Amino acid sequence: MKPSFDHIVREHGQTVLRMTRSMLPPADADDAWSETFLAALRAYPGPLPDANVEAWLVTIARRKATDIMRTAARHATPTDTLPDGLSQIGIPDAVRRAASDGIAGLRHTYLSSTNGPNR
Amino acid sequence: MNTTEAETDGLDRLRGRLADTAAKEGLLDVSYTLLDSPVGPLLLAATDQGLVRVAYEIQDHDDVLDSLAQTVGPRVLRAPRQLDETARQLDDYFNGTRRSFDLRLDLRLTRGFRRHVQEHLTAIEYGHTQSYGDVARALGNAKAVRAVGTACATNPLPIVLPCHRVLRADGSLGGYIGGLAAKDTLLTFEIRA
Repeated sequence: MKPSFDHIVREHGQTVLRMTRSMLPPADADDAWSETFLAALRAYPGPLPDANVEAWLVTIARRKATDIMRTAARHATPTDTLPDGLSQIGIPDAVRRAASDGIAGLRHTYLSSTNGPNR
Repeated sequence: MNTTEAETDGLDRLRGRLADTAAKEGLLDVSYTLLDSPVGPLLLAATDQGLVRVAYEIQDHDDVLDSLAQTVGPRVLRAPRQLDETARQLDDYFNGTRRSFDLRLDLRLTRGFRRHVQEHLTAIEYGHTQSYGDVARALGNAKAVRAVGTACATNPLPIVLPCHRVLRADGSLGGYIGGLAAKDTLLTFEIRA
């Protein structure tokens, strides 16, 4: 007797979502979840292994997640030259800012010690 | 394993999305939803032919879904949008603004004399009742009183096919698939409306 597909979603939806979320960012994980259950529904009840529906779903989910990761990787744009980063060199204010940050830190340490229980 | 509320919310949303896509692609044998009503939560189930099942909570909704999976097909999902119109008409009925239903029905779960009886039920008007014997006579088989009772007890579409309007000859309630309290509630508000 094949259970209703709804029963399968209720039973295993959470596990599959945890799995896709462990592999992908949330929006992609949701897409992988949807694609997994759509693929399962298209095949259902078909050659469904009675004993381990969850293993079957997890296998589909891993494949869907991998597909989505590959697609994302293909969409990244490779380049020969790295983009310019920020430089601290030649900025007049940089040294002063670093010094004042340092002093602020010291002052905090100093005040903390004078406010201590031994005062 | 514990499930957090955020996860449940996310999962409900995903289930809804899955149901919408599956319905659009014609992948479902049965769509269903649950409707709150004065006679308790009702399960409404439809195929692409029309409304196929209405079930009371005392009929055990999980059992009903299982039996739909066996008899109609296992590709069953909770797909509320597919039953929006049915739910709206039932809400109107319970609010007293609707006296009959205008819905496509899928009567595949019934056949023969039972189906004949169930189809006749729509001839009993809102707020009116007939006895099991009246129904048997109307169908040209005065001796089929018990068969009429069985047909009412196996009605796949209670409320929509109004078996609650069939009583014993002495005016007592007889039986009802939704329980006698539900039958009493429906008849009382129909007569009062």
